[in-house]
Amino acid sequence: MSAVLQEGPVKRRPAALRALSALGRAILSNRKAMLGAFLLLICIIMAAIPNVIAPGDPNAENFMPGQGPTGDNWLGTTSYGQDIFAQFVWGARNSMIIAVVAGLLSTVLSAIIGVAAGYLGGMADGLLSMMTDVFLVIPAFPLVIVLAAYSKSGGNGMIIAVLVLTGWSYGARQLRAQVLSLRHREFLTAARLRGERSWRIITHEILPNMISLLVANFLGASVYAILTAAGLQFIGLGDINANSWGTMLYWAQNNEALQAGIPLWAIMPGLGIAVLGGSFALLNYAFDEISNPVLRAPRRKKRGKRS
Amino acid sequence: MRYILRRLGFFIVTLWAAMTVNFFLPRLMPGNPAMAMMARFHGRLSGQALNAMEAAFGINTHQSLIAQYFAYLGNSVTGQFGRSLTFFPQSVSHVVLEALPWTLGLVGVTTIIAFILGTLIGMIGAWTRGGWFDSLLPPLFIILSAFPYFWIGLVAILIFSISLGWLPTGFGYTNGQPITLTWHFIWDVIQHAILPATTIVITSIGGWILTMRNNMIMVLNEDYVRMARAKGLSPSRIMFDYAGRNAILPNFSGFGMSLGFVVSGAILVEYVFSYPGVGYMMLQAVLNEDFPLMQTLFLFITLAVLIAILIVDAVTVLLDPRTRRTA
Repeated sequence: MSAVLQEGPVKRRPAALRALSALGRAILSNRKAMLGAFLLLICIIMAAIPNVIAPGDPNAENFMPGQGPTGDNWLGTTSYGQDIFAQFVWGARNSMIIAVVAGLLSTVLSAIIGVAAGYLGGMADGLLSMMTDVFLVIPAFPLVIVLAAYSKSGGNGMIIAVLVLTGWSYGARQLRAQVLSLRHREFLTAARLRGERSWRIITHEILPNMISLLVANFLGASVYAILTAAGLQFIGLGDINANSWGTMLYWAQNNEALQAGIPLWAIMPGLGIAVLGGSFALLNYAFDEISNPVLRAPRRKKRGKRS
Repeated sequence: MRYILRRLGFFIVTLWAAMTVNFFLPRLMPGNPAMAMMARFHGRLSGQALNAMEAAFGINTHQSLIAQYFAYLGNSVTGQFGRSLTFFPQSVSHVVLEALPWTLGLVGVTTIIAFILGTLIGMIGAWTRGGWFDSLLPPLFIILSAFPYFWIGLVAILIFSISLGWLPTGFGYTNGQPITLTWHFIWDVIQHAILPATTIVITSIGGWILTMRNNMIMVLNEDYVRMARAKGLSPSRIMFDYAGRNAILPNFSGFGMSLGFVVSGAILVEYVFSYPGVGYMMLQAVLNEDFPLMQTLFLFITLAVLIAILIVDAVTVLLDPRTRRTA
């Protein structure tokens, strides 16, 4: 690990950059990662420019209600006469925002608690680990329901807050384990002997060495956020007037779309959630192989490169 | 034994944490929903119902917060959760105990099936690494695990109930039938459980496969596995007794975490299938703003998960001699 030899400020960016370029190369050389990246790209495009793909107000009730697919409405219409394709395209943005923001915030919270527990050790570690385990074991979704039912706002802010509060523990546990395994490596002892402050050791020595785990954590937390948010919106605890895939499912379920002969109303938003969640999961699975050379298929053994 | 004692301690701490969350949540949320509820129902409900709500939230305006908190803990431990507003005048505990067996049956059976199947697939995948089995099944189920549980349920209803008409669309048994222990009724229950159960198995199996496969790959690199090969032991003996037995241990300790995820998904599956378990009931409680019932269900779900984890811990002690060592 060349990180030992280099000095603080010069080292940090190259470490991050190196990890990024390694990640880029790894994605290109891994079929699962390629598929994941491709699916993610589709979702990003829909989230970024829905007004180009499906111009107009997706909630406008302009069409014959409850139709199957036609030339005008590729995927048919809802019981309210809205275009299902437009609703589908516009719904991407909400899931994407929740996935990225809740994923990032959970990762940050996991990192703070996990690294603090692993680095401080002793009593602090005992308490923080106990707290992590408790949050890990309490079933998240019932707790999410209780929280959402009491707060009642249903907005994205509330959903993200609830997701972060219930979604950090898994990552914190993994990061703590990683810190413990790093703790007695020579480069950390060297940093301590140089008289570096704890804060600096954590941000400049420990965190750069956990980038792959942090990325994996982010991907996992995002999948959790996508699925849980969709579940909340589906049961009507989100903002039922928002454009989102979960809300679309809520209205489809309330109008018995399956029985009413317009199953695409329920299938499309679920497919969107599945594609977005699946793309993160595929990237995560591939990333596991990339960051842990042992798991890689034997034929790639010779090119084994540490990220 | 120390191990079991430590796990028991954890059990109690977690249960206490869940109760504490339950007690403080309605008080800390903006607008204090507990008090708002009381105010809303004041004058509209009988004194008895108000007392029931006081018991459920542990609100007693004459006492200090600390005294209320301990009274609430005492009530919870002795199973006094007040009365349900939705199913008034039935007590909350009675309503919950009626729904619990359905969920325990559904989630219990599916979790065991998913655990066994997932562990086997992960084991065989790692054993035949790079082969067609390994490059097909593990990735497939890992993608499926990122699909929304409830959506798979909806698709299953669409295909097998509405289009093909093979299986019922929902509920735990044919409506109006008396609950009896006859073959006829049991068969009816099984038919109703097939779709929800398959949904849960399909979506929860990926996690087991992934951890088992990864553990197994690590273990297969160990010297004792090479030794077993050199001794000329049969492949199945090496796979199950040498590598499998050791690789499965982390899967067991991961059980607790996974169970929380499975239970979370099962709630939505029950909702989609109108399955009469605690998940469906919890959502009914939310819709009816029956907060006492909702909170008690949360507590019972947590308790059920914790008990399952204790059982798994006991199995781990049997499988892993290291946990039996007295330190």
